[in-house]
Amino acid sequence: MDSDFGKAVIVVIHRRKNFFSEIEKLFAENSRMLFKEITDKEKIKPNTVYVAPANYHTLVEKERCFGLDVSESVWYSKPSIDVTFESAADVYKQRCTAILFSGANQDGADGLLTLRNTGALTIAQDPLDAEMPQMPEAAINIDAAEYILRTSEILELIELK
Amino acid sequence: MNDGSGLTDAQLNELTDLVNKVHGFDFSAYSKASLKRRVVRVMTNKSMRFYDLKHALVNNNDFFQWFLDEITVNVTEMFRDPDFYKALNKQVIPYLSTYQHVKVWSAGCSSGEEVYSLAILLNEAGLGKKSFIYGTDVNTEMLKEARRGIYSLKKIRNYAENYQLTGLKGTLTDHFTIMYDAATIHNELKNNSLFSIHSLVSDSIFNEFQMICCRNVFIYFETELQERVLELFYNSLSPLGFLCMGTKEAIRSDRLKKKFKVINARENIYQKIAD
Repeated sequence: MDSDFGKAVIVVIHRRKNFFSEIEKLFAENSRMLFKEITDKEKIKPNTVYVAPANYHTLVEKERCFGLDVSESVWYSKPSIDVTFESAADVYKQRCTAILFSGANQDGADGLLTLRNTGALTIAQDPLDAEMPQMPEAAINIDAAEYILRTSEILELIELK
Repeated sequence: MNDGSGLTDAQLNELTDLVNKVHGFDFSAYSKASLKRRVVRVMTNKSMRFYDLKHALVNNNDFFQWFLDEITVNVTEMFRDPDFYKALNKQVIPYLSTYQHVKVWSAGCSSGEEVYSLAILLNEAGLGKKSFIYGTDVNTEMLKEARRGIYSLKKIRNYAENYQLTGLKGTLTDHFTIMYDAATIHNELKNNSLFSIHSLVSDSIFNEFQMICCRNVFIYFETELQERVLELFYNSLSPLGFLCMGTKEAIRSDRLKKKFKVINARENIYQKIAD
């Protein structure tokens, strides 16, 4: 994605606490956009990719900033994709595009359905294309995804938007 | 699951006003997204409509206490963020050890895990006898749990994993007596601590401290309230006292940034600049 993409991107990845990961570095080296790990009440700006920190849930506030939360895990996950999806739906509504990729549980499916019901564009990765198909499958089963696409097709669709 | 439309912003405000009027509990400056999610969660779990919730909050005191437990997040761990305790040990403890007495405030202590983590850290550094830790919270039920100092073995296993990563030399269970499936913190650590009720929203200074730890509490506050509480902490610290915030929290105001020196940017440890 280019540095003038014009939108903010929030990335929520299931990962273990206490292990310093190189995810941000890895992304930053392969992207022309600015990469940041989210801190509490940070303003959401376009052309930036925000990564949800481990061992916190990431929410979106009406004031267009992030809020963090250390409450119970959802689907054994903290960060939970459902939590971020549902709060993004509440603030950004139909101006959101949400993509659910590979993963080993049901996290994200309910949130994706909430987004779809509020008019957001929702995409699930084709389970055949996913390393772990359970997560996109769970979303597809409850009809939360408007599109079911392979990674290459997702990129094309995003570029068109 | 909620669909976000379970509760409107106007209803959330109505509820906040009601709880403040009836119970004197002010949630108005709490972060809205998290607060809303907690309230919707209560309504979903109890299959309550907005009207039912209001009714129960006004007429049933036990329900309000339960509601409070559910709304305020009481999830905590011993030695959460091991790197933070590593930094404390390396950068703050040597400084604190030069004092005759060390008073520490753990603000928003919930069930006491942070207080006892600090007590263990100070104890292992040889400061046990001259230090005292005050744990405060708004939730009386949580304070009762903190005073008991009893944790399930399942939790202790997770805490022991954290402890290992702090690089401290002992073992966590050295500080506990284990009976059946629970572990009780040793009395010598309990005796060095006091738990009492204090609201960061409405209460003021009650002592002077060499160190204040308030970690993962600010995330539930809007920035204006955060600033007010930072001011309270500044005034409660002795000159050159230390302030420890959660790893992903930040001092946003330039005016307040000037009042603190950064000791460890990654772990969010600050030192009060003498005025």
